[in-house]
Amino acid sequence: MDRPARASALAFEGGWTYSPAPESTEHVRIDERYGLFIGGEFVRPAEGRYFPTLNPATEEPIAEVALATDPDVDRAVRAARAAFEGPWSRMKPIERGKYVYRLARLIQERSRELAVIESLDGGKPIRESRDIDIPLAAAHFFYYAGWADKLEYAFPGRRAAPLGVAGQVIPWNFPLLMLAWKIAPALACGSTVVLKPAETTPLTALKFAEAVQDAGLPPGVVNIVTGAGETGAALVNHPGVDKVAFTGSTEVGKIIQRSLAGTGKRYTLELGGKAANVVFADAAIDQAVEGIVNGIFFNQGHVCCAGSRLLVQESVAEEVIDKLKARMETLIVGDPLDKNTDIGAINSQAQLEKIRSYLEIGLAEGAEMHQSSCPVPERGWWCRPTLFTGVSQSNRIVQEEIFGPVLAIQTFRTEEEGLAKANNTPYGLSGGVWTDKGAKVFRMTRGIRAGVVWANTFNKFDPTAPFGGYKESGMGREGGLHGLDAYLDLDA
Amino acid sequence: MLAARSRLPDLAAVTRVDEVGVAERVARFTSRSIKKESKVEALKMVLSMIDLTTLEGQDTPGKVRQLCQKAMHLHDRRPGLPHVAAVCVYPTLVAVAKRALGDSGIKVASVATAFPSGMAPRRVKIEETKIAVGEGADEIDMVISRGAFLAGDYAAVFDEIAAIKEAAQGAHLKVILETGELGSLDRVRRASVLAMHAGADFIKTSTGKVQPAATLPVTLVMLQAIRDYHAETGRMVGMKPAGGIANAKLAIHYLVMLKETLGNAWMTPDRFRFGASSLANDVLMQIEKQLTGRYQSADYFSRD
Amino acid sequence: MNRPARTPRVPVAKTYKLYIGGAFPRTESGRYIAHRDPAGAVIANVCRASRKDFRNAVVAARNAFGGWAGTSAYLRGQVLYRIAEMLEGRREQFAAELAKEGSSKRRAAAEVDASIDRIIHYAGWSDKYQQVFSAVNPVASPHFNFSVLEPTGVVAILAPEQPALLGFVSNVMPAIVGGNTVVVLASESRPLPAISFAEVLHASDVPPGVVNVLTGRRAELRRELASHMDVNALVVCDGDDADARRELQQEAAENVKRVIERCGTDWRAERAAGPYHIRDTQEIKTTWHPVGI
Repeated sequence: MDRPARASALAFEGGWTYSPAPESTEHVRIDERYGLFIGGEFVRPAEGRYFPTLNPATEEPIAEVALATDPDVDRAVRAARAAFEGPWSRMKPIERGKYVYRLARLIQERSRELAVIESLDGGKPIRESRDIDIPLAAAHFFYYAGWADKLEYAFPGRRAAPLGVAGQVIPWNFPLLMLAWKIAPALACGSTVVLKPAETTPLTALKFAEAVQDAGLPPGVVNIVTGAGETGAALVNHPGVDKVAFTGSTEVGKIIQRSLAGTGKRYTLELGGKAANVVFADAAIDQAVEGIVNGIFFNQGHVCCAGSRLLVQESVAEEVIDKLKARMETLIVGDPLDKNTDIGAINSQAQLEKIRSYLEIGLAEGAEMHQSSCPVPERGWWCRPTLFTGVSQSNRIVQEEIFGPVLAIQTFRTEEEGLAKANNTPYGLSGGVWTDKGAKVFRMTRGIRAGVVWANTFNKFDPTAPFGGYKESGMGREGGLHGLDAYLDLDA
Repeated sequence: MLAARSRLPDLAAVTRVDEVGVAERVARFTSRSIKKESKVEALKMVLSMIDLTTLEGQDTPGKVRQLCQKAMHLHDRRPGLPHVAAVCVYPTLVAVAKRALGDSGIKVASVATAFPSGMAPRRVKIEETKIAVGEGADEIDMVISRGAFLAGDYAAVFDEIAAIKEAAQGAHLKVILETGELGSLDRVRRASVLAMHAGADFIKTSTGKVQPAATLPVTLVMLQAIRDYHAETGRMVGMKPAGGIANAKLAIHYLVMLKETLGNAWMTPDRFRFGASSLANDVLMQIEKQLTGRYQSADYFSRD
Repeated sequence: MNRPARTPRVPVAKTYKLYIGGAFPRTESGRYIAHRDPAGAVIANVCRASRKDFRNAVVAARNAFGGWAGTSAYLRGQVLYRIAEMLEGRREQFAAELAKEGSSKRRAAAEVDASIDRIIHYAGWSDKYQQVFSAVNPVASPHFNFSVLEPTGVVAILAPEQPALLGFVSNVMPAIVGGNTVVVLASESRPLPAISFAEVLHASDVPPGVVNVLTGRRAELRRELASHMDVNALVVCDGDDADARRELQQEAAENVKRVIERCGTDWRAERAAGPYHIRDTQEIKTTWHPVGI
């Protein structure tokens, strides 16, 4: 029978629309200028240089942030070393844990302010920073705080000792949450840290530094140095650092791994991905469509574990794509601070240019591009939700991480073909499977070579659940019992 | 429109529903923030979609006449408000309601088919339906035989709906699935598909006599079934959540869900109804609050 | 009729070859190393494997990976136990070989026994390490969430120079009991036990390609092990200077290879074995599924 009316033909535009619902910024305090947080104080950078951090939705500067150079990094590492050898590693574990609990509570208490700043500085929708980023960051501190005095139970047959000073470099896609992933386990395990937030999203880390002061942590246990790649390199390569934790691109991860060769430093890397979301004909299709949307359009697609490849079984491909297009029409792109925004601003101009270049590549490769018809603001950096059909495994938009709201759709016929296509990538961070058949869930989740596999769901995170990649997506785990490993010396 | 007689669809082929995924989607609807003009517009739309309902053993002609007055004059102090879509009563009170509503444009809906249990022989149900229509009912709210559905006798349920559709002689047929007795969203989806193929003009969640009555997840599953049925046949079936929708905020969540699932074409009383007895006053209070800036007291709104 | 003169029996010298994909080929390069005992006498001509031999071995290991990783833990335990049984039956051969390469008879015998015991140790871990290291994670949403270990993939091993057999066994067993397949470059100074051990593996139901053994020059081949893009992890034992070790790690970065350094390990110690060695070449996979009706 002909299909007289497709889901994508439903009219969503116009009619009853939602009035602007901006989150209040009244309670938010942002200084005009931030120093480096070293030894428990905000200090001037050695070279006295500062750089602006911009609001990607307006392209306006929000604040100035210190540029840390080698002497600053050195100072921060020394402060961390002194704090490690002084109070922190000798403190009774339960006391250490109580400090970490305090940090969890302080994040909860300031959650709305932190959420607003996260959206202002990074462009993510307030709904996500409010409901996902900030609560998860607090939960992460809460989870690891409790481990501080229980480490002897985590590693049977081994005695765990604190590592020392951790140098941590985090990305711009989940600024405070990535900070929590790095700092919470380190502190609970008795290490001290020097953390460098991304240059486009430093503000919540600096607000967190205020919380560290308020929590009364011994000076130097947490140090925050701001800057770009050079600052990160200075931190990673500082001889006083015992352990490096990096989350970011595979390209930079490889540079770090190479630079750490022969240093004896421990390291964990959480890198890129090109995850496949595999949808079978027997899936709960409407929930699968929702999972696809969540998989690729969550946080503007700035997610290392994003489901950026959709593999859909041929017999339902038309239906799934049709529904996906309809669903995309209901996504609201715009002001990150509007409570109804689904897709906020692209984090930076550079990232927007990268995404656009991939759109061009996709078109040049002969793929068919579809974008939702939603309006986008004039100023700021935006990308409409986008999908490509008619792509093949050899296309660059299928192989390379775009890190934006761009989905590449392929079809498959059999389970084996779906699995083979899913695994045909140097990455191995995450994957998704959608089927109503239990045995197939296990066959597929076992077969996908990736560190996190979501079956009949996608992009779920929890402090108790280990996260990290296979292959070029990195090494080591963050979260859960397995996340402790990265911050302990088990040979002691 | 639907080609004459549809056949019982293969319910095993109906897509599955994942409860957790549905709950997540619903959470997105309920996190929509509806403010200012969009809120006033929504509230008025809600009023226009209400089936003002009284379905009690103690219902009398007097009670029904009062309800009809309310239906026509929700809050006359505030001009420009719509009237409700329909008044919903038992068959014995249809004539009373019909007279009371006159040419107001408000429809009279009657429950039928041994509401709420549906536990009566089919010929009794058919007869009851014919009587309600004969008394002037514009719309018939029938219940499905949940027992037969749960026993797997889908053909019986299908045939019965088709028979009532015929007995309704053109009156709009709303088919109540009584989702609170179906036990899973998978069965809600299948019952929706069955009812639409059997000829339902609307599908409706609940009688209001069983808990849980209407919920957002159940309604979402039914809306998605409507969307897919429309894609398959081109026919636009309406949706009526009923029972448990007592405040304006919740009603707006339903509208958000409707808008983002079926789009603008369904944002009309012809295709969406709220079955409710106490919703209207809360909506009126919210409208007053929006227009005056003052939070309201129930004392200023007629309770009927 | 002439009677042959009473002459002493001429021993049959063994040809030591490589072990790749369940076969014993000579090196494709045709090169050999004259392997001498401490007194300087040639014991055997050992294959001097080439980079191409290594690449062939990686192909064999990759082909074997899916099947081996997919076997049951019970079966892998049985196979490892079988290896121990086979080795037990050849204790004297191995002791003699070790002695030929310079060990005292007593030490050689002790090393063979320790190697057998180590295999038994890992055979027993096959269906237990998962239970020790996996987890059910109590997430705050309505999902069932668990983390299990899965093998990293193809593991290249630069075996320790000494003890040649125990060191070989102590690095290969934890990798394969966890479902990995391996390519091992045997001790350069004492390569014989590794090749003979390959014969044990061959007779022990170990599927072809699961263990591949090369002999040759470490300085020539190690870079290839570290740089190969289809090798997922590199185990490095004693035998390289600091510069070489750094270079290995740098090369490994090109495909984010896991580098497991086991330098300075006393392979005779009990601590040199255990589930943490298995875990070194495992990945942790976290799986989520909704809980609902």
